[in-house]
Amino acid sequence: MPQLSMRDAINQALHQEMERDPRVIVLGEDVSGGAGGTSGQREASGGIFGVTKGLLPRFGAGRVIDTPISESAIVGAAAGAALAGLRPVAELMFADFVGVCMDQIYNQVAKFRYMFGGKSACPVVIRMAMGAGMNMGAQHSQAIYGLLTAIPGLKVVVPSNARDAKGLLIEAIRDDDPVVFFEHKALYPRKCEVPEEPFRVRFGEASLLREGADATVVAIGRMVVFAEKALDALAKEGVSCDLIDPRTTSPLDEETILESLENTGRLVVVDESPPRCSVAADIAALAAGRGFGSLKAPVVQVTAPHTPVPFSPALERAYVPGPQRIEAAIRQVLGRNR
Amino acid sequence: MELDRTKLLDAYRRMKTIREFEERLHVEIATGEIPGFTHLYAGQEAVAVGVCAELTDEDYIVSTHRGHGHCIAKGCDVTGMMKEIYGRRDGLCKGKGGSMHIADFDKGMLGANAIVGGGPPLAVGAAIACQLRRPASGEGRVSVAFGGDGSCNQGTVFEAMNLAVVLGVPTIFVFENNGYSEHTGADYAVGSKDITARSAAFGMPAERVDGSDFFAVHAAMQRAVARARSGAGPSTIEATTTRFYGHFEGDPQNYRAKGEIERQRATMDCLARFRATVAADGSIAAAELDAIDRAVLLEIDAAVSAARAAPMPSESELTTDVYISY
Repeated sequence: MPQLSMRDAINQALHQEMERDPRVIVLGEDVSGGAGGTSGQREASGGIFGVTKGLLPRFGAGRVIDTPISESAIVGAAAGAALAGLRPVAELMFADFVGVCMDQIYNQVAKFRYMFGGKSACPVVIRMAMGAGMNMGAQHSQAIYGLLTAIPGLKVVVPSNARDAKGLLIEAIRDDDPVVFFEHKALYPRKCEVPEEPFRVRFGEASLLREGADATVVAIGRMVVFAEKALDALAKEGVSCDLIDPRTTSPLDEETILESLENTGRLVVVDESPPRCSVAADIAALAAGRGFGSLKAPVVQVTAPHTPVPFSPALERAYVPGPQRIEAAIRQVLGRNR
Repeated sequence: MELDRTKLLDAYRRMKTIREFEERLHVEIATGEIPGFTHLYAGQEAVAVGVCAELTDEDYIVSTHRGHGHCIAKGCDVTGMMKEIYGRRDGLCKGKGGSMHIADFDKGMLGANAIVGGGPPLAVGAAIACQLRRPASGEGRVSVAFGGDGSCNQGTVFEAMNLAVVLGVPTIFVFENNGYSEHTGADYAVGSKDITARSAAFGMPAERVDGSDFFAVHAAMQRAVARARSGAGPSTIEATTTRFYGHFEGDPQNYRAKGEIERQRATMDCLARFRATVAADGSIAAAELDAIDRAVLLEIDAAVSAARAAPMPSESELTTDVYISY
C-alpha cells in the first residue's frame, strides 16, 4: 500500500471525488493561486499548504475557484451553491479565519436543514488548517474544533493521520449535512499507508488505535501522535492503555469510549484547545454521567491553558499539550504520581 | 506645505530603517533562528512614512500582517521590535505577539493584525475616541487604517468605511495596493480594479497616488489629515506600490513574472526616488543621506545582536496578561 502524507491523501480524496461527481467544486483563497498574476502561470500556488495542487489543471477554473480574501462570501457562496445542488468544498486557509465568517457558518449553513423543516440539504464541506506548534501567533494557530462542535447542525471532523483524512473527507463530501473539516498543520507532512482507491470512514466511528488494560486515553487530532509517544514511554514500565481517536467530534462515538472505560475504569482526555466548554470537558462529562459506574479515579484532562496561543517558541512549547504532560496525566490517573 | 530639512531627513531615515530592517530579516530568517512566518514590507516604505510623517504619538494607526514598516514609521523602538520578532521576553509584546502582532500604545500604534480586514473597524473606534476628545477649537487627533489591496474585498472594511462616513469620524483609510492579495493578483481579486471608486461610493474623498513616491504619498496625506483634523470626516488614499519579497518569507512567488522584482527594484525604489528628488532640488546633499545609511546599518546590526542575546520568556509568563483561574 502506498505511503502518503496527509497533504497528499487529502489532495487525492479531492481529485477522486471531483472525478466521480461533477457537482463537487472547490473554492477558496489561493486554492490554485496565480489568477491576475504577471507570470501567466495559473496554479501558482495550489493552496497555501499545497493541498489543492493539480485540481485546477485537471478540472478547470469553473470548478476550482480562486476567491478574493472574503471569508464570509466564500462560506456563504459555498452554502448557496449547496442549496442549489452542488457539493462545494470551501477552504478557509487558517481555521482562525472562521471568526470572519462565523455568521455564515453558525446562523446560515448549520441551521438550514432544521430551520426549513427538512426541505434543504446543505452538503457543504468547509476545510481549514488549524493548530499550534509552528510559531504562527495568536491569530493563525488556534484549535477551534470545540467551538464548532458546540453548534447543532454541523458535523465536525478532526483527523489524526493521512489514511483517516482521506476516508473522512470522502465521507464529508458525500454527506448531505454541512461538515467542518480540521486539518492540523503539523500533520500535513506525516505519512502512513493510504489505500489508493476511494474509501469512506464513517462519521461517529472512533478508531481504537491501541488496546490496554490500565486506562483509556482519548486524544484528538495531533494529540493522538503525542499520546502514542507517551504510551511508548509508559510501555517500558508495563503500562498499557486503550488509545481512542474519536476522528469526528460531532457526531461523537460515545459507545467506544464508554466500552473502553468499562474495561479500564480510568480516563485521560487530550485536547489541544483551551479547557472551558471543550471537547475534553464534553468527554469528561460523558464519563461522569453514563460512565460514572465504571470510574475508579477522577477523569484527567490534558488541554492547552485558558489563554490565546503565544508566539514565542519558549511559550508555545509550554502551551501545546505534549507527550510529557500526557505521560504525567496517565501516571496521575493510575495513582502513580511520585 | 513644504517639509523642512529636519523632517525630510527624518523621513529618509525612517524609510531607510524600514528597508534595512526588512533586508536584514530576509537574511536572518534564512538562518532558521527566527520563529514563525514573516511578511516583509520592503518596497512599500514611502507609504508608511509618507502617511506617518503627518502623525504624532497622539494619533492612532492600526496595521496589518505586513506591519513592520508601519511600526517603524510610527516610531516603535527598533530593538524592541526585533526582540519581539525573535520571540524574546523583553520584545515589544513580551514575545507573545510576534511579527504579525507588534503593538506600541505609547506611540499610538494599536497593533498589527493577522486577520485581513481586522483593523479598519478598530481604526473607526479610535476615531470615535478622537472625535469625543476633540478640542472646542483647533485640530483633533486622527486614526489611520492601513490595509492591503486584499483587505478591500472584506466586508469588515466596507462596514468600517460606511460607519466612518456615517459618523463623520477622522479616519484615513490607506490601501497599499502592492498588486497581490497573497498569491492572487489584485487585478483579478478587486472586481472593479479601482479601490478609490469603492471608497468614494461610500461618500468620502479618495485619491490614488504613486506609492513609491514619498512626496506624492505625503501630499495626499496632508490633504486627508487636514480634512480629518478639521472635523470634516474620513478619506481614502490608495497607494500603488510593490513588495520586493513574497507574501511571506519562503513564498516561491510563481505568480510573478521572471525579472519583475528586479525591474521594480530598479524603477520603483522609493529610497532612490527620494534621493533623486532631493538631489534635483538641491535640498539635501547625498553625503548627508549616506551618513544616515551608515547609521541605520549600525542601528539594525545592534538590534539583531541585542535580540539574539536577549532571554526567552519564562514558562510562567504563559498564563500572565490574561484572566485565568484554571
